[in-house]
Amino acid sequence: MNFWIVQALNGLQLSMLLFLLSIGLTVIFGLMHFVNLAHGALYALGAYVGVSAFALTGMYWGAFLLAPIAVALAGVVLYLGLIRRMRKAGPMNQVLVTFGLIFVLLDITRIIWGDLALSIPEPQLFTGRSEVLGVAYPTYRLFIIGLGLTVMAGLWLLLSRTQIGAMIRAGVDNDQMAACLGINVERLFFIVFCIGCALAGLAGAVAAPVLSVTPSMGTQLLIPVLIVVVIGGLGSLKGAIAGSLLVGFIQTFGAVLAPQLASVAIYALLAAVLIFRPAGLFPAKA
Amino acid sequence: MNLIVKSALAGAFALSATTAMAQEDVIDVGMILPYVGVYASLGEEIDQGFVLALEEAGMTDRFNIIREDTEASPQVGVAATRKLVLQDEVDVLTGLVSSGVLAAIRDFVDQSQTPLIVSNAGNDEATGADCSPYITRVSFSNAQVNRPMGQWLYDQGVRTVYTLAPDYAAGRQHIGAFVTAFEAAGGEVLGQDYTPFGQTQDFGPYLTTAQAADPDAIFVFYAGGEAINFVKQYDSFGIKDETPLYGSGFLTSQLYLDAEGPAALGVITSLHYLPTLDTPENKAFVEAFQAKANRLPSEYAVQGYDAGRALVEAVKAGATDRESIKEALRDVQYTGPRGPLEIDPATNNIVQNVYIYDIVEGEDGKLTQELLDTVEAVRDEPNGCEL
Repeated sequence: MNFWIVQALNGLQLSMLLFLLSIGLTVIFGLMHFVNLAHGALYALGAYVGVSAFALTGMYWGAFLLAPIAVALAGVVLYLGLIRRMRKAGPMNQVLVTFGLIFVLLDITRIIWGDLALSIPEPQLFTGRSEVLGVAYPTYRLFIIGLGLTVMAGLWLLLSRTQIGAMIRAGVDNDQMAACLGINVERLFFIVFCIGCALAGLAGAVAAPVLSVTPSMGTQLLIPVLIVVVIGGLGSLKGAIAGSLLVGFIQTFGAVLAPQLASVAIYALLAAVLIFRPAGLFPAKA
Repeated sequence: MNLIVKSALAGAFALSATTAMAQEDVIDVGMILPYVGVYASLGEEIDQGFVLALEEAGMTDRFNIIREDTEASPQVGVAATRKLVLQDEVDVLTGLVSSGVLAAIRDFVDQSQTPLIVSNAGNDEATGADCSPYITRVSFSNAQVNRPMGQWLYDQGVRTVYTLAPDYAAGRQHIGAFVTAFEAAGGEVLGQDYTPFGQTQDFGPYLTTAQAADPDAIFVFYAGGEAINFVKQYDSFGIKDETPLYGSGFLTSQLYLDAEGPAALGVITSLHYLPTLDTPENKAFVEAFQAKANRLPSEYAVQGYDAGRALVEAVKAGATDRESIKEALRDVQYTGPRGPLEIDPATNNIVQNVYIYDIVEGEDGKLTQELLDTVEAVRDEPNGCEL
């Protein structure tokens, strides 16, 4: 029994990491039909900024605070310099440009931080293990789960209870109609893009103590995240939550129950969803 | 960028060398290493070690190094090798980090009769069933590094193990050699998992499963970013208190120790080189490497050094062209930073000591390797190799 509780927590922890990344990607996609493949590279950038911020401040929380801010700023630069111009360029060009961005960001991180894998220690507050549901589980992983749930709740409140949330939902549903109603969809997109980048940076900083920080960490996680977005349905918070949980748990329990199939399982799920629910499980548009 | 500067420097160097010493034969060396991509840091270490060997011998002007980047791609590696052999007409090839690249260029190297000094790629076949008189390996074979651990672990009282490794050829060879030796000694393997290579970042599910099997020890092979992830996550789950971690020495290589931090304390592994070896040869090497690179050498730096040193020894013995270099490499024998080494005439693989070590906190508070045991002159069986 304890074994399954620990594995469930493992699945939950992975899901939360996937959620932090996929929510930005899915809302950007849903709102503006813009595929930002460089989202994974921004996550890696967050982890690297986290490493430097830790070296600078000597505190994990320095990384935790600075990484999202720095990556959001990088997002502003990307938006003003590149993405705004690509808005009307059609999906193929957007994919190509952001695909190219992956390699540019990869080499930038490599030039600045080098090729050797880096790492930061867990914060003092969350070292060791804690007792949950009768099992000892790494405290820092519990923190990741808690943080993911907090962000989930925060975004849900933002989207369902605030004016800007209503505007975002309107934009996702029908951007032209929303623009007719006087909503500045372009500015809305800019804000959402920055929040998405900040969350990617946050995910990087949160992952850094558990995973090694390498230039390729972003590309490694990009594919599972894209799968989350496609499974969940474009543009919806509910979809991102459901997709993250599904992918996280299937990866975890796939590794436990059928290790030989672990890497195939999520692709099988992706194929099944595309066949039976081509729009994803919870698409934002009815 | 770095590579371009280097190549330009090497080129300029070569130019001045050829004009100045036209009467003495310059040996063209084709260096095939990854300078970009996941293995870039390894390529860099090997390159620095190689150059150090030439400098130490005072023979930098006898060699003209032509560098080619393989990334880690077999196709790129084949193209680079063809270019070096056919266009640059190099006298000798060296390098190779990825076993996949080595396997891809093996036939071409053999047929073009160009001697190749392998400075990393450890696939067992290269000096086993697929061996070639033109391929000499001064790094290690996957089996060589792990086989001694089977008996040693059993002698330590470990009777049951659970093994984990990435799911690719090298992962299976590292674990396979250990398991064969461990079972031959009388041990039992309770379970084995191979994790998707390059896709597994979270080892939590595997660690939990391994722990549930309740083995005396866990034995793993991981390298690079995966090694860091694994060691840290192993520690964070608290498995260390009950089940000690053993593995192939790449797990706690000098390159990753800083990133692994205290999680690596107490992990016991085996490898063919430790920067802390207490021999005059190693001390001199560590000092020279530190002066050059400002960090401790890893096993990769030593492999690069020994590739250079083997070539230097061959040339000192009178070798001047492809055929004579190939012959002279077989007789290379000396005591280097990693101890006494020679080339096995049966396989062209290196015969060397394997060191069993654990990670402790040094006097300066930094993590360091503590030698526990030395298995001397480990030699691979020919395994189908006929030279």
